[in-house]
Amino acid sequence: MASIVRVSHLSKHFSEIKAVDDLSFTVNAGDIYGFLGQNGAGKSTTIRMLLTLIKPTDGQIEIFGMNLQTQRKEILKQVGAVIERPDLYKYLTGFENISMFAKMSGEKISKKKLMQQLEQVGLAERAFSKVQTYSLGMKQRLGIAIALINNPQLVILDEPTNGLDPQGIADIRNLILHLSKNEKKTVIVSSHLLSEIELIANRMLIVDKGKKIVEGTVDELFDPAEMILELQTVNHEKTLAIINNSPWKNFLQKQLTEIFFFKMNRKDIPAFNNFLVHNGVEVLSFQSRHSLEDYFLSLTSANQHVETFTN
Amino acid sequence: MWKLLQIELFKIFKRPRTYISFGAIAAMILIIQLGLKFDGKSYLQLLMSGISDSFYVPYEMILNGYLVAFVILNTLLIQVPLLIALVAGDAIAGEANMGTLRLLVTRPVSRTQLMLAKFAASVIYTVLLLLWMALLALFLSMLFFGTNDMIIARNDVMEQISRNDIMWRYICAFGYASVALSTVAALAFLLSVFAENSIGPIVSTISIVIVLTILSEMKIPLYDNTVKPYLFTSHMLAWKGFFYSKANNDGQTIKGSIENLPAILRSLGVLLTYIFLFVASAIFVFNKKDILS
Repeated sequence: MASIVRVSHLSKHFSEIKAVDDLSFTVNAGDIYGFLGQNGAGKSTTIRMLLTLIKPTDGQIEIFGMNLQTQRKEILKQVGAVIERPDLYKYLTGFENISMFAKMSGEKISKKKLMQQLEQVGLAERAFSKVQTYSLGMKQRLGIAIALINNPQLVILDEPTNGLDPQGIADIRNLILHLSKNEKKTVIVSSHLLSEIELIANRMLIVDKGKKIVEGTVDELFDPAEMILELQTVNHEKTLAIINNSPWKNFLQKQLTEIFFFKMNRKDIPAFNNFLVHNGVEVLSFQSRHSLEDYFLSLTSANQHVETFTN
Repeated sequence: MWKLLQIELFKIFKRPRTYISFGAIAAMILIIQLGLKFDGKSYLQLLMSGISDSFYVPYEMILNGYLVAFVILNTLLIQVPLLIALVAGDAIAGEANMGTLRLLVTRPVSRTQLMLAKFAASVIYTVLLLLWMALLALFLSMLFFGTNDMIIARNDVMEQISRNDIMWRYICAFGYASVALSTVAALAFLLSVFAENSIGPIVSTISIVIVLTILSEMKIPLYDNTVKPYLFTSHMLAWKGFFYSKANNDGQTIKGSIENLPAILRSLGVLLTYIFLFVASAIFVFNKKDILS
């Protein structure tokens, strides 16, 4: 499958802070690519670099096979984006906003087409009302309509459901699915809510502290047979040494201060349990789960936050 | 580029606050005109107190539309920079504050084009504000006060400009003033790039203009040749030079003459250099800038 976005070793440093650190990923044509991470994980910084709002400290970005730095204009002609809040010109009407950005797209877009675009996001009736009278959900939909005016191949939505009510969230979700299935667009959608991403994305990338944690198809990451095993023992160091000297070290995903996280198939769990017993590991807690949310939390620093809070 | 300029002008003139400047200018001009209409003689007596003892001064003849326009320009061209800063200082910082800057920058236009369009729109706003001022200060005054020869006093010398030798001087003066005020617009525009809220650049521009104007007006010999020639504020009032004529051997003004055209052109050159430097710096900084708003 042709890759639409190819990011290699991308980094962005703000003074001493590494907002994005050696990040590489690929988005294929037709993907709904979920970009997942906690607040401050580096999602928005990465998306802003994809849109040339922020200049990378290091690394390469190719979109549609073109270098973003040298062919920015050609690339942006085929990209539509909504970045975080749907900020628009509040003193203008919805129609004035969309027609203004249409002019900037470089193509001649008829008034009829603009109205159709507003109709698609359910704003035709309020097209001539000032944006300051719109609800947050309406502004978000207008933002998406603006992102779609030049019929882009790639749509980038950064936290599009932030602050929306359940109906608004469902509307945006349906719109993203419509864009992918019916209009064959490639969509990158970022969120800190895994529950949102898992409903729409076919592939996803999880980032934490600017680094890639895991990337793959949702099916790969959310194989019902794949389990997350959370293990807490009396002697953490001793357990680590035992595991490191065994083939089970390959299943170890992450370890926090006193907890190990393993990812393994459900059928391997009894064997692993036997291994611990035979090696005299004193187990305090042994829990297995197959929730993607748990998996996400286990991979990111959010789990540390929860831990600190509960302590 | 033309489309971008249209968009920027559309945004400027769709904002209600844009018209505050037009309203403020109209109010100030009308207040001055009313004051001069009802008590113009007292004002002129005060202005010409040094010479009225030695000469007969025909106040009714002197107080005509051309002189009133000159008085208004003298008064207002010091205040108008503040109104210019309201729009030019908002050009980038206002967009950053509204969150619309990131939308603009993700469109398929270069940042340089975007900046040039925004600055061009600020200049057009400045010129329109001046045209509005010209309309009210000159044409309305001509209507209210009639026309006659214009007599201006400078350094204890009275200069009489024939009524049919005045209009071109006003056109040149307004043209020059538009360049002078565009310099203020360029400064506000540059400061706007560094901020994410328009109050900062607007206040900074006003502060810089006030400080530099005070420095330009101060009569301190040390500054006269070292600092003043390089301050743009020292050149902003050179429009007055268009009203200073050469005199013949009889002391009569020579029609169509300008006393010191090279000095005016030199000042114009300084202002244009400042505009270029401010705008080029703004574009350079904006091209390097990370949009985090």
